[in-house]
Amino acid sequence: MKQGLFEIIENKPLTKNVFQMTLRGDVSHITAPGQFVNILLDGLYLRRPISVCDLGESTLTIVYKVVGKGTRQMSMLQSGTLDVLTGLGNGYDLALSGDKPVLLGGGVGVPPMFLLAKRLITQGKQVRVILGFNTADEVFYEAEFKKLGADVVVTTVDGSYGMKGFVTDALAEMEYSYFYTCGPEPMLKAVYKASKTSGQMSFEKRMGCGFGACMGCSCKTITGYKRICKEGPVMQKEEILWEN
Amino acid sequence: MGKLSVNLCGITLDNPVIPASGTFGYGYEFAELYDINCLGTFSFKGTTKDPRFGNPTPRIAECTAGMINAVGLQNPGVEQVIARELPLLKKCFHKPVMANVSGFSVEDYAYTCEKLDKEEQVGWLEVNVSCPNVHGGGMSFGTDPKAAAEVTAAVKKVTTKPVIVKLSPNVTDIVSIAKACEDAGADGISLINTMLGMRIDLRSKKPVIANKMGGFSGSAIFPVAVRMVYQVANAVSIPVVGMGGVSSAEDVVEMMLAGATAVEVGAANLVNPFACRDIIEDIPRVMEEYNISSLSEIIGGAK
Repeated sequence: MKQGLFEIIENKPLTKNVFQMTLRGDVSHITAPGQFVNILLDGLYLRRPISVCDLGESTLTIVYKVVGKGTRQMSMLQSGTLDVLTGLGNGYDLALSGDKPVLLGGGVGVPPMFLLAKRLITQGKQVRVILGFNTADEVFYEAEFKKLGADVVVTTVDGSYGMKGFVTDALAEMEYSYFYTCGPEPMLKAVYKASKTSGQMSFEKRMGCGFGACMGCSCKTITGYKRICKEGPVMQKEEILWEN
Repeated sequence: MGKLSVNLCGITLDNPVIPASGTFGYGYEFAELYDINCLGTFSFKGTTKDPRFGNPTPRIAECTAGMINAVGLQNPGVEQVIARELPLLKKCFHKPVMANVSGFSVEDYAYTCEKLDKEEQVGWLEVNVSCPNVHGGGMSFGTDPKAAAEVTAAVKKVTTKPVIVKLSPNVTDIVSIAKACEDAGADGISLINTMLGMRIDLRSKKPVIANKMGGFSGSAIFPVAVRMVYQVANAVSIPVVGMGGVSSAEDVVEMMLAGATAVEVGAANLVNPFACRDIIEDIPRVMEEYNISSLSEIIGGAK
């Protein structure tokens, strides 16, 4: 983990309430896709944990949805610097992917799939991506994934764009060596049930510190108690214990 | 003694700054961030007789200038703390540590304290009779002078190390409880633990925290903490460790003027993992600004 000051170089809407922010600063402590950063905002007590979407040599891209006071404040920033903790969480393990991994992102679970796809493609893997949204006006990053060279399927629940249905409907028609996913918990549970291979899923929980000190985001797993922010947010399919 | 050093129950601290229990784990994770030997000491994660997962999540809610937590004493249990956590701590921290203990019965407290008493690195036992997040224990011992005294006396019987009793602010008369602990043999008092609080989510129209209520901490509670430290320090003759919303070197000095011999820093560590190091580094500047030549001389200076 590293604390650093990041300069805002761009902050633009991708959809009605999803924004993309690009920051410049020391990204050397970000070691794996699926990790997150924790951002301090003026006047708010706790930091905001946001997953890493993309990395450059000294740039960091995050994509976030406006859901409350903090993200609304973030969406209005156009310049200035932010106090950011980087290198948080375990991230995805690329070594287990096999040759044909499938990546499933749902809503704001899509962003961490981007850096993961980029890294896997660099390793020569044949990457398929399933991006799930509710409706056509929520869709983002389809072109970006295609530009990387990934095979992209978009699903919408109401069928207003791409394939009608859930990410698992697209998954059912695919052959794949391994899966990686991030999205709302009902989606993760559906992927867990529908998947035919092993895989990794990234979880979200309300956090206090984001770096393992407060035990605010603990969960039970088959291999014991874990902190989503420290031993997670990525869990192996085999260790997951669904709480409800 | 250096300009920053203080004496807490017979042990000299290089400076009065102590990360509070539950915000610093067992220390070794923060040691990856900075050399934690710069601390006066630290109070490790509240430890109980048996392992505990704690409360369901969400356990955290944000507030204006603070936060609510309802972790519920998640810890691996005293056996594991001794077998696994303390050896890891020993590698990166070379000072006496404050062992924070919680329980659900007088016997629990005594059992855990007796075990930790045998650990060489344990300098003080901080006995938490004020956790608001567990049922049938914790705070119920700290809201009744008789029960607080009973725990204090039972712990004193099993240890020769200084016993500091950590009190809850969720009472009508903090002084009577502090005095009862002093009379029962406590070597020090620490306060305040978190204040019972609650948030409700407007969208779901339900409590934010799964346990409904939790402990409110952060800079918002600082004035309450200063007031209670002042009241207790003026009523007892044993040292008082002040805490509650401390987040700057100025806050440390103010807490000491109120009567604190040492000062714990809690929630601030969760926002800035380097908070305690930064505060310690800033103390000399504040001392100079306010013409303070020795920190130990200002303890209880505000009359």
